[in-house]
Amino acid sequence: MAVFTVPNIKLIGIAACVPKQTEDNKNFSLLSENERELFIKTVGIRYRRVAEEGITASDLCFAAAEKLLTDLNWNREEIKILVFITQTPDYLIPNTSSILQEKLKLSKNCLAFDVNLGCSGYVYGLSIVSGLLQNMVGGKALLLVGDISTKTISMQDKSTAPLFSDAGTATALEFALNHDIHFNLQTDGKEFDDIIIPDGGYRNRVSEKSFEVKEYEGGILRNDLAMKLDGLKIFNFALREIAPNINTLLSEKKIEKSSVDYFVFHQANLLMLESVRKKLQIEAEKVPYSLYDYGNTSSATVPLTMLVKLREKLISQKLNLLLSGFGVGLSWGSAYIETENIVCSELIEI
Amino acid sequence: MQSEDFIQKFAACFHQTEPASIQAETKFRELEEWGSMLALIVIAMIDGDFDKTITAEDLKSTNTVAELFEVVKKK
Repeated sequence: MAVFTVPNIKLIGIAACVPKQTEDNKNFSLLSENERELFIKTVGIRYRRVAEEGITASDLCFAAAEKLLTDLNWNREEIKILVFITQTPDYLIPNTSSILQEKLKLSKNCLAFDVNLGCSGYVYGLSIVSGLLQNMVGGKALLLVGDISTKTISMQDKSTAPLFSDAGTATALEFALNHDIHFNLQTDGKEFDDIIIPDGGYRNRVSEKSFEVKEYEGGILRNDLAMKLDGLKIFNFALREIAPNINTLLSEKKIEKSSVDYFVFHQANLLMLESVRKKLQIEAEKVPYSLYDYGNTSSATVPLTMLVKLREKLISQKLNLLLSGFGVGLSWGSAYIETENIVCSELIEI
Repeated sequence: MQSEDFIQKFAACFHQTEPASIQAETKFRELEEWGSMLALIVIAMIDGDFDKTITAEDLKSTNTVAELFEVVKKK
């Protein structure tokens, strides 16, 4: 396991942006009324935010970053790092982070790159940015994390369509002595095709066949340019891996579980997360959920949940947070971070 | 782990189906309510109540509640 500590990093602020357009799973026509009730109760997702055609993940992250930079009153010349984590970039080539660097009017002395990660993306992103920033005295960094997963799914696939939602987030970090972040990051590539868009990359290039709609068990219809998600295997994966990952991080870093104020999980599925919570023997009030209102926003769920569920406390208090992301890859990880009176911009809707 | 306890907890996973109608020899995958959501609920129940992890393949390879109980017992 990759358990490590990055010193001299402080989380300064977070912001998030979601599309205004809201879909209600109570109206999801591929499920019967009873199935819809059971889905909302069990999976825990009622509303989903759906980006209008033409709005990308980078647009959502840009809006979040603009708001955050204004609220922080940062000098943009001082930002030396911009990392954009997404699986829905503006283009296959070039990297979207360059476009964001220009739109945000950051200096040419700012390094910028994209990272292709989904549900684990926020925790991984924190580790990447922290690793770069740890020796950069006076350095400031922006971690932009977001996806428009609603554009990757078939609306005739009841195994994915009622789950996904769109959001973009921005997190500000800076060099600060005596502030550590602890990580435990893991990967299992054996299961790489449990969540996959088979065609459209360079292994299976787009062809006429890619557009052929195929029927799968349970009346699911999708082509090979849409996301396939093996829900039961991902459910098993989460039950098997998440609690040990967190327990290892806490025990190796000698952190008492009781000293963690909140455990912020990737918002995948309420039943799954409640099972993990019980395995970890965590009190219900220490686990915030945003998925009823915002669904599964892929890489954005962790910072979005922090913002919409913990905003007042993050602004006014010192908090010990355990963040956990897991999914596509398969890739998963946890981070332990201490925050104190951070800037939390109001949620933006566009 | 007792068979009766398992059957009772298995039956409690269902919302529309009368619990008394679910017995050891019930072919659970033929129940009208059975589907991917129920599969998740059953996997979570077995994980939480019996500390055993079953897979989608385990559910597909068994027909009756008694057969599923045997699979769980062997885990």
